[in-house]
Parts: sequence; structure tokens; C-alpha cells
Amino acid sequence: MRALFLFLLLAAAAPAQIAVRGDTVYTMAGPPLRDGVVLVRDGKIERAGAGLAIPAGYRTLRARVVTPGLIDAHTVVGLSGWLNQVHDQDQVERSAAIQPELRAIDAYDPRERLIEYLRGYGVTTIHTGHGPGILISGQTMIAKTAGRTAEEAAIQSESMVACSLGESGIDRQPGKSPGTRGKMIAMLRTELIKAQEYTRKMSEKGKEPPRDLKLDALARVLKGELPLLVNVHRAHDILTAIRVGQEFQLKIVLDGAAEAYLVLDQIKASGYPVILHPTMYRSAGDAGNLSYETASRLRAAGIPFALQSGFEGYVPKTRVVLFEAAWAASNGLSFEQALRSITIDAARLLGIDKRVGSIEPGKDADLALYDGDPFEYTSHCVGVVLNGAVVSEIKQ
Amino acid sequence: MLRSCLFWLAAAAAAQETPMAFTGARILPIAGPEIPNGVLVVEGGKIVAVGPAASTAIPANARRQELPGKVIMPGLVDTHSHIGGPAGADSSAPIQPDVRILDALNVRSSNIQKAQAGGITTANVMPGSGHLLSGQTLYLKLRDGNTIDELLLRTADGRIAGGMKMANGTNSRRTPPFPGTRGKSAALLREQLIKAQEYREKVRQAGSDASKLPPRDLRMEGLVEVLEGKRVVHFHTHRHDDILTVLRLAREFGFKLVLQHASDAWAIAEEIARSKTPVSLIVLDSPGGKIEAKDVQFSSGAALERAGVLTGFHTDDGVTDSRLFLRAAALAVRAGMSREKAIYGMTMAGAIMLELQQRIGSLEPGKDADFLILSGDPFSVYSKVLETWVDGKKVFDRSDPKDRLYAVGGYGASHDQDDTYVDDEEGS
Repeated sequence: MRALFLFLLLAAAAPAQIAVRGDTVYTMAGPPLRDGVVLVRDGKIERAGAGLAIPAGYRTLRARVVTPGLIDAHTVVGLSGWLNQVHDQDQVERSAAIQPELRAIDAYDPRERLIEYLRGYGVTTIHTGHGPGILISGQTMIAKTAGRTAEEAAIQSESMVACSLGESGIDRQPGKSPGTRGKMIAMLRTELIKAQEYTRKMSEKGKEPPRDLKLDALARVLKGELPLLVNVHRAHDILTAIRVGQEFQLKIVLDGAAEAYLVLDQIKASGYPVILHPTMYRSAGDAGNLSYETASRLRAAGIPFALQSGFEGYVPKTRVVLFEAAWAASNGLSFEQALRSITIDAARLLGIDKRVGSIEPGKDADLALYDGDPFEYTSHCVGVVLNGAVVSEIKQ
Repeated sequence: MLRSCLFWLAAAAAAQETPMAFTGARILPIAGPEIPNGVLVVEGGKIVAVGPAASTAIPANARRQELPGKVIMPGLVDTHSHIGGPAGADSSAPIQPDVRILDALNVRSSNIQKAQAGGITTANVMPGSGHLLSGQTLYLKLRDGNTIDELLLRTADGRIAGGMKMANGTNSRRTPPFPGTRGKSAALLREQLIKAQEYREKVRQAGSDASKLPPRDLRMEGLVEVLEGKRVVHFHTHRHDDILTVLRLAREFGFKLVLQHASDAWAIAEEIARSKTPVSLIVLDSPGGKIEAKDVQFSSGAALERAGVLTGFHTDDGVTDSRLFLRAAALAVRAGMSREKAIYGMTMAGAIMLELQQRIGSLEPGKDADFLILSGDPFSVYSKVLETWVDGKKVFDRSDPKDRLYAVGGYGASHDQDDTYVDDEEGS
């Protein structure tokens, strides 16, 4: 009986053809559409326009505001579970300081309750995986916030390698390394040089060394296949990240970057994008000097950036990028700039903008529906379409 | 002596100040309906008049501040905060009623300035958690001050105003001498409260004969204040059954009680209502983070309102940031609480929970001139606290770059901050 009910529910949730009509539709690919209509067919966006006629056979959803499904540019949801007990915390493995071989897809729990929670606010894509807290914690992946298996959810199973500089990467216990910033960078450079050596030997036919998962992963970082996602907050640590990045010609994404406003010129010159800390992140430790206005400073400096929900070791177990963008919109970003930071700009930064991030024909039909300004505290996300299926809906 | 002279001089100076009239703003007096075009007159640290522009007299000598399009409301009351970074009880015992955070609070901590920037004018500053009883709390006015004495409030009988912090659930469970189970937690607390009843009885029997008094015992003195209703118990409790355990203990010992956090309040709103116990809610962006907060919801405010429970809010700063305090009530409104009760929860409800409702919590003649000026609707994400006033003195002004640093953050905004609290895994 229950199985039958579920079957009916799923069948009802996924008609092949949906029309979403919004008083305002933010496509992120042009000016907002007044009385916009988004036609969805077979999981993809078929067409979007103002005042489009809705063909017969389309199920129609209505909302005041429609946006692309939101993208959380960096989280640990799926690896760091909501209960915060030993059994559901897989974002950091502490047996060694450098473990780039750990894949996110081997740890991602698609049924984790916080994934559904985020989806309820319109988040349809998450860049998630190993978290901050150790020098190199492992890899990240990009997933949709639906799917019964990691494979079903994943749209990219190996995305970046997560690194933490500054206090987050230091282990201050006596006898542990890295115990200081200097030691940390010496260790990181040593491993990258080993990976250079490994890469060189691998290219010599007949002399290939035995496969080493750690060096395999770092070799891919050196080739630029996997960007190094560097969690770093203090200004001098940001400059260290840039220094190492330039030495090894790495693709780096700066993550967190609380004091970015002190070194905007250097970040701009490096060409590295920023996945900025949650706007309302706790101002403590290395992030003690964070500013609510950093997003608008990055914007003014022309530095590409996206917003994230980040990692929380306590309560709340996750933040919600919708809320973080809202606070950025209240602190210097315009409404549309803030919305870009959790849609198209995040998609571009993550290299997935061919599939998601805007409402354009051919892209995945991921849409979020709101009953008012999505950023207002008292508005609600009243519906979510993901891969063309209605995955949540609040009756109005 | 010198300090008390200075105190009286300061009070005298305040009393002589020119009256201030704030005009043209929408005023939310809490004590009555919203006034679309209101006047607030303040003198000597007190409110002297509040009402519609058409019918409220402004003294001829008043300094005027025109505030068209702005909103004035009472200063926010944060019923559970850790600003000033006070460390209370240590790890030696689970019940430490002798510990005062009066002796532990740093008034130069930048998070006090951030709280002013968030519109908070009164805060119940508590020792951290992890204990069944972690010490005596302080009700502070967030005046600008160099010493803790300048921020204190006193009760009618001259005592320093404050409550007692207790906790149950998983918060205080650890290795002995701490409890390992919920049953043990309640037993340990009951044991100490019974000792306090006996101590109080010995003191009563001694009467005026000092030779018959039991030896002074600071722990017992603290608990006797709880038994006598001189200290409200602020009880950290999350899970539905833990909340009911607290209500059971309060019935047994008759102490005054505020339920703090109450994550599962939505599930047992009727039971809480029947006990007539007020609730101070924490509003968190997501459930989880620890087992007892796994079911926390924005909807608790609405559920408690429907049941008729006096409901307020708190930051638990640094669990949530004092600058985001208004957001907590707004998210409760998102989940169905009425705007009226939510704004009441940020002000008057908190005042009642701290037994300060005669002085603060609403804009009424004779009350302390604690208020804030907002750029717009209190429940809009786009609104900003422009000014915060305590006892008729401006303690935060967003247009002043020094104050603005604390409002938005930036280099130096957290200097002086004692960050030991935010590292405390048992924070909420």
C-alpha cells in the first residue's frame, strides 16, 4: 500500500510537460520577464518568455517570482550529516594531513535530511564534499538535490580538491604536523613537487612508477583538471595561497576569504575566483574580521565570486544560500547581483553553466518558485522543479 | 565610594539634559497600537511622551530629530546571550550556584558593541552550558561603559539583577561527577535543591540569633535565592520530554522559570501553556547540529502563540550574532507567528521574563528611554538599525564610521573579542 502510494506520488510529481508562470521570472540570461512563462519538457527548459501561451497538456504552476534553481557553490551537506554525531560526519578524515585521494562520491548520502531541507528553499545544485579543517581533506563533487543514489544525484563526481590554509589547516596538538603556517606550506609544496616528479615519471614509457592514489589526485591538480579549493580567511594567508598557486601554476578557487577586502588588487591580479564565506558566517577565529559588505567589494573590484553555505561544526548544521544572498543584498549588492551569486555566477565559477544557473532553452529544468521577494524573511519558496519534476510544492 | 559619587553625578547630568523629540516616524510603542506619524519625547533618560503628532506636545526647549519614513520601537531584549564572553562554572562539578558571571565579564568585548548595533538594549548574559547549573546570570543594560558596574541593573530591593542558568538533556551529560543519564541529571538537581530547602529552614529557625546560623555556603545562598523567587531560572532545554522534566521540577520546588531554546516547543505547546511558563526561543537556520536540536523549527513561535504562551526570543550570541536578532522574529513570522506577537516577543515578552517590565519593553511615559530607530519595517531583510538609544543616550549610530564597523564588520571589528565561548562545543 505504501509502495503504491509512493509510486503514485512520484508519477504525479513528474509529468513530462510543465509550464511555470511567474509575475516576474528572473532568467539570469537577460532582463526579468514580466508575466513570464517557462515551458518545461522532458527535464529540460523548452522555452521562456513574457506572456507565452501555454500549450495544451502542460501542467501549470504559478508564483509571484520564479528564479533558476539555486546553486550552493560550496557546502558539506551529504557528507556532514544533520545529527552531527560521529556516524554521520564524513567531511574530514584526520589520520593524515594530506589526503587528496578521498572521493566525495564514496561518502555522499543522497538521503541525508539536510539535502531535502535545502531543496525546500529552492536549492537544486550543490557543490559539496570534503570540508575545511585539515590541510588537504579530499575531493568535492557537484550534485543535484534529488536522486536516490550518489550516482543519480551527481552531475560531476570529481570537481575540486579541498585545501585549508591558516588556522583551519593547522593541528596544534603537540607533535602533530602541520603545527604552524610555515610548516603547512612546506608540506604542501613537498607533496606538489612529488606529484610533479610522479607526473614526469608516468610519462616515461616503461618506467611508470606504481600507481599512487594521492599523487594521482595531486597530478590532476597540477594539470588543472581539479582546481585546488583553498579555504583561507586571513589576508596574509590569501597571499600565501596565491604564492603557492603561482609557483605551481595551479587553478585555485579561494574559499571563505573573509579578509579579501584587504587584498583585492592581488586577488584580481591572480585571476583566482572567490567562493565567499556565508555572509552571516560567525565572525570568530580567522574569520573574525569578516564584513557583510565583502561581496559588494568583490563585485566592485570585478572579481568573480559566488556565495556558499559553508561548513558548520555545530548549530545550525547548515546555512541556506538563499538567506546568505539575502543578507548580501541587504549589504551592498543589488537584488540581481545577489541572485547571480547563487545562480549563474555560481554555475560559471563551477564550470557547470552549460547545464544550470539560468533559465534558457536546453538547460536543465531547475526552477524555484516564491510567493514574494525571495530574499525577504517573510517570503516562502512555494515550489521547486528539479530536472523537470516538481519536487516540492506548497499549496497556496 | 568614589564610584558611587561618579554614578550619581552621571545620573544628575543625565537628568539635566535637554529634552529630545523624535518626530515623523512610525512608532511601535508595543503598549498600544502602531502610530503612523508619531512623536517620542525623551528627557532625563526617561520617556516623557509618546503619541500621534497631532496630539502630542513637544516641549519648547526640546532638541528635535526629524525621522520621516523611519520606524521607532523599544530596544530589543535578548533573554539569553553570552556577550562579554563570560566563563561561568568550571569542569569540577555539575552544579555551581556560587559562580557569578559578574566576576567574569569583559565589557570591552566587541560583541557588546555589535549587540548595540543590532538594536539590543537589555541582555540576560549567561554563563555557558555543559552543566546542570552553570551560575548566576546578569541582566545588563547595554550602556557604553568601562566597567561592569556601569551596565548593571538593580532590583527594587537593591540587588544586582540576574537569574540562574540551568540545563538538562544531553547538554550536561558527561563523565562523573557529571550525570550520565537524564534520570541522574534530575536526581542531582533535586538533591541540591532539597539541601537548599534545609539550609533555608536552618536560616529561618536561627531568626535573629546569629550564633544559630549555619556556616555561610555560597552555593546554598545561590539556590535559596532560586527557591525564594529572587532569581528566575533560565533553563536550557530542547527535547520535548526534557522540557516536561523542567516543568515537573519547577512544580516541585516552586521556582520561577523561563524555558530557554525549547527546540521541540512546537510539539508540546499546550502542555507549556498549561504550566503558564514563558518560553524564549532560539531561531536557527537549519535543524540538527546536535541531537537535541534535530527537530528545531521556525514554527515554534506560531505554535506557542496559538497555545497562548508568553514567547520571546534570544540570540545565544555567539551561537547567533546579536546583529541578526531581529531576523529571528522575522523568521518566526515567516512560519506563521503574527507580526504583533513577534515584535512583542522581541521587547515586552523579554522584559517580563527578566521581571523588568516596569522599566523597559515598551514605549510609555516613565519608562527608560531605550529605543531604536530603524530605516524601515522591522521584519524586512533590507531594514537597518540606524540608531540605538539606552537611557536616553545614543549608544549606536550607523552614520558614525566607528559604530558602522561593528554593524557591518571589517578589519578590527572583532578585536577585543573573547572567542573562547564560540569554541565551546556545548554552546547552545
